[in-house]
Amino acid sequence: MQSTTDSFEDLRKDFPVLNRRVRDDKKLVYFDNAATTQKPNQVIDAISDYYQNHNSNIHRAVHALAEESTEAFEDTRDIVAKFLNIEDSREIIFVRGTTEGINLVAYAWGRDNVNEGDIIVTTEYEHHSNIVPWQLLTQEKKAQLKYIDIDDNGELMLDQLDDYLSTGKVKLVTFSHMSNVLGTISPVKEIVSKCKNAGVKVLIDAAQSVPHMKVNLNEIGCDFFVFSGHKMLGPTGVGVLWAKKEILEKMSPFLGGGDMIREVHKYETTWNDLPYKFEAGTPNIADVIGFAEAIKYLEKIGMENIRKHELELTKYALEEMKKIPGITLYGTKEPEKRGGVVSFNFNSVHPHDVGTLIDKEGVAIRSGHHCAQVLMEKLNVAATNRASFYIYNTKEEVDVLIASLQNVAKVFKL
Amino acid sequence: MSGDPIYTEMIIEYSRNPSNFGKIVDAHIHQHDANPLCGDTIDLYLNIDDNKISEVKFDGHGCAICMACSSVLTEMIKGKSLEDVKKFDKDELLSELGLEHLVKTSPVRIKCALLSLKSLKYGIYSYFADKLNDSESAGNLKEEAANLY
Repeated sequence: MQSTTDSFEDLRKDFPVLNRRVRDDKKLVYFDNAATTQKPNQVIDAISDYYQNHNSNIHRAVHALAEESTEAFEDTRDIVAKFLNIEDSREIIFVRGTTEGINLVAYAWGRDNVNEGDIIVTTEYEHHSNIVPWQLLTQEKKAQLKYIDIDDNGELMLDQLDDYLSTGKVKLVTFSHMSNVLGTISPVKEIVSKCKNAGVKVLIDAAQSVPHMKVNLNEIGCDFFVFSGHKMLGPTGVGVLWAKKEILEKMSPFLGGGDMIREVHKYETTWNDLPYKFEAGTPNIADVIGFAEAIKYLEKIGMENIRKHELELTKYALEEMKKIPGITLYGTKEPEKRGGVVSFNFNSVHPHDVGTLIDKEGVAIRSGHHCAQVLMEKLNVAATNRASFYIYNTKEEVDVLIASLQNVAKVFKL
Repeated sequence: MSGDPIYTEMIIEYSRNPSNFGKIVDAHIHQHDANPLCGDTIDLYLNIDDNKISEVKFDGHGCAICMACSSVLTEMIKGKSLEDVKKFDKDELLSELGLEHLVKTSPVRIKCALLSLKSLKYGIYSYFADKLNDSESAGNLKEEAANLY
């Protein structure tokens, strides 16, 4: 184990921001990775190189720069496809992020396929981005939005899914692969197989899973799969929507404009082939190219190793935090069933106060509702603190978090 | 941690034992507000007699700063005339708790500090504008509330 930890510590040199001192010259401990991760030099340099040496619009002009840019952009599509074990890279649609990907499906697929009385099923531990688009759609269509509740352990109560499916009205089941608050990893196989038996489409919000574990889309068997690049070392503004070709081909477009068309006449237009039909306008070329470097970086480490490293950190953090009196930990007690996310409250101290006080020690965590107010309601709290880990984090950093929590207790005279 | 610019004795004390914490049933003014950033909520209740604030209470979920500022605000406005309260300025509130520096140092936490004052201004605005149909007295309190932070 020692050797694994050491090699992960070596990675830190690739992340310039980790050398930062913050506040009163404190060493930065960055534990807000579920919100966004830091970027290695490889990614930063690729973006800079693109602007310095290749910058051009893609897919149209025949000059040298346009060809280079188009090639680098399209290479990324292949890299993403390979990363997810997808054979046909035309099924990879670049979007701005998970939020846009889900909205694309809700708008383009949802409007054509969801009708009055139909049911969309989501869960209590979704991010707002996997709730609000479905509220908008179901309200517009007079359809119904239903929730799979979570139990006291923070796990989905799947018998409710059976009840919904038995109505025969469910059109889509949409859920996060891993909860951004509880860290719970959803029983994907079970959910997908239930839905497939019922002939129901499945969308997986993979924003919190793809960055942290090996995902084989070929095996999962869902219909839509969405995630963001910036939570996996990539730049902001790049996300991926994957869907089966047969579904994408039948779907109406999302945004209309350049690039997504085959021919435009005064009153009618024919659509371009996949994936361009869903990529209207000049895309985020530089950041897509930067994203390729992020995936290469992760693959070099190996997704299994990343999962192992995070599991080790999470176990350690949970054990150490349990020792602090007054800590309430949320989510399943079995570390194997969760990702590298630890949500907690500390006595009755408001998470914002905890966040401010430990920030003074250089520790960056997230305090708030994590865009999961439905879950906060369920947990009966206004907010929680959340520490989330990634490849460059260390046990020593967890120790700094623990020490800074003890300081909170002192300030609040607990 | 002595000399912490935010978490002073006074703030910690108020956060543990907020003043005027609770509800007023059928209050003349009841204003609810939330901080979308952190999910904090506040409910401010006021009774008006003779154009004075005869009774004031608040409840909700908030951080120490929010609780302390709400406590102090309710203490400061109790018994005051509505005219005086309309003019109440954020600096008056912040200086009472030594938090003037938040305006510059913490654009995030200033929202916690001023949530109750924002509710107060909205509440009085709708009391005049909606309940009494007196838009002149309501003045520009709504804009003031919206531009508080």
